[in-house]
Amino acid sequence: MMSSILPLKHPPGTLAETPGALPQGWSAARLRRRLAERAIETLLMLAALVSVFTTAAIVAILVWESVVFFRTVPLLDFLTDTQWTPLFDDAHFGIIALLSGTLTTTIVALLVAVPLGTILAIYLSEFAPFRVREVAKPFLELLGGIPTIVYGYFALLFVTPVLQKIYPELPGFNMLSAGLVMGIMIIPYVSSLSEDAMRAVPMHMREASYAMGATRLQTAVFVVTPAALSGLASSYILGISRAVGETMVVAIAAGMQPNFSFNPTEPAATITAYIVQVALGDLPHGSIGYQTIFAAGLTLLLITLVFNILGHFLRKRFREAY
Amino acid sequence: MIPKSIGASSSESGVAEMRRLIARHKTWDWLFGLLGTLALLFATLVFAALFGQMLINGTPQLSWEFFTSFPSRRAASAGILSAWVGTILVMLVTAVVAVPLGIGAGIYLEEYARKNLLTDIIEINVTNLAGVPSIIYGLLALGLFVYQFGLGQSIAAAGLTLALLILPVVIVATREAIRTIPQNIREGAYACGSSKWQVVSHHIIPYSLPGIMTGVIIGLARAIGETAPIITIGALTFIAFLPPSPFSNPEQLISFEWLLAPFTVMPIQMFNWISRPEEAFQANAAAAGLVLLLMTLSMNALAIWIRYHFRKKIKW
Repeated sequence: MMSSILPLKHPPGTLAETPGALPQGWSAARLRRRLAERAIETLLMLAALVSVFTTAAIVAILVWESVVFFRTVPLLDFLTDTQWTPLFDDAHFGIIALLSGTLTTTIVALLVAVPLGTILAIYLSEFAPFRVREVAKPFLELLGGIPTIVYGYFALLFVTPVLQKIYPELPGFNMLSAGLVMGIMIIPYVSSLSEDAMRAVPMHMREASYAMGATRLQTAVFVVTPAALSGLASSYILGISRAVGETMVVAIAAGMQPNFSFNPTEPAATITAYIVQVALGDLPHGSIGYQTIFAAGLTLLLITLVFNILGHFLRKRFREAY
Repeated sequence: MIPKSIGASSSESGVAEMRRLIARHKTWDWLFGLLGTLALLFATLVFAALFGQMLINGTPQLSWEFFTSFPSRRAASAGILSAWVGTILVMLVTAVVAVPLGIGAGIYLEEYARKNLLTDIIEINVTNLAGVPSIIYGLLALGLFVYQFGLGQSIAAAGLTLALLILPVVIVATREAIRTIPQNIREGAYACGSSKWQVVSHHIIPYSLPGIMTGVIIGLARAIGETAPIITIGALTFIAFLPPSPFSNPEQLISFEWLLAPFTVMPIQMFNWISRPEEAFQANAAAAGLVLLLMTLSMNALAIWIRYHFRKKIKW
């Protein structure tokens, strides 16, 4: 994008187009190179267009299968029924039963990730000595790189037994442990985005605050945080989007029974866990059960899309603020 | 914040009050520093618990046989041979597809794209794709690769799915690496009569390579651990055999039969063992998780090392 300043192209009618003015053989070579350059540019553009095709294919597949699904199941039932039993004889298709699980685990995750992520971001950006930051940032990055299946294992076989020691009635599958682990999982995500936002606050604002006699904490809380607020908000929102789309932790630790409940100590299925559950079975291609996962997937895509757009908008705002 | 008695600060008591105020605020500062340290400590403890629990449960299973045996109905003799071979083959497909496409797209967006609607659409798309949950890619693959293209639950289908999944990571890393190259490098090359592609291939790509490598490795490390999209294409099956070797057919130099073979990968094998009720299999899951964790962590560590190493070395 930046290179467009350079006068790459010769004005029309010069050089290549006027072979008479050039030595013999010159223009053919030049033409060949022009063609090669053009071919390379086209190839690179096609590579860039793959992402557009991917999005188009995702939307097309989800909408296509969902349209077939909504021909059988009225949209109103889908949105208002509180039971999700598509594989039973008495089939109900109430997405709310899955949404409640998604919402509950997401809230539990946010209760962990937002405070801890924010504290870590403020600490790393405003307080930590250089040495600590140099070690802590790669370490947090590593935590973010742990496969979700490993976190799922941790939730089911470590966190749940520990919680059961405190609260013995807790069932083996529950949304609490899945949500807590999911929260831990998105801490690095929230903290690194928040820290970026705080780092983007110009130094002179901090210096002005220190010059007024404010302490580090006062500067961090009353100057840096408000200035980075839209960036912080965007990190939370992108964290929500991650939590809503997270699959393996909830599929392993929260159980796969759809359950219209907001009680984190109960087992419940999320949208993602339901898709996994169906994929584990042997549903024939084209059956109603097969189509449900696309309708559920479309719902999930729409929810994450709203959060992503909101987060993106907020991020842009904090970038443009200074 | 400002003491009410600041006007009377000439008096002794005013100074003393000011000192107290400062001391109090310094204490708050110190307390927050402590809180931050505790938060870091908490993260470390969680990691220690996660790693430690797997180490305790999984180490007894880790033996040479674990790596050279197929999964089995008997927990003690079950191994991860088909899983790690599958992971390597799927990653091969993913890398072969995602690396050229991602780097190409990144170069196009930074060096070639004009400021127009198409470029805007591509950019918004890449940002948006990075936020799409991985399971959605699984649904895409199920509808497109498995059924439309007829690839079935094969290595090719899984590799393509994961390639699309990590494409945004590679594109973003490529673009960020290219952006750090100063404009005068390009101008110098053009002044010597280079064509655009010569500038890109002789200068832009070599100079941005460490950054691109970092992105590729982080992307692949993510792909290795991805479970949901592969489960969604329906690949959770009992695989106690290896895909056909590329050198098995004497009439061809390299055969690509393995691309269409059924497979399993490390995270799928681990999920399979986690979901068994018998406790013995959980030890297998822990051992498989340990291997998986070491794979992704070492790749991430390599990426971080490359980044820090080259950031220090390059001075424009």
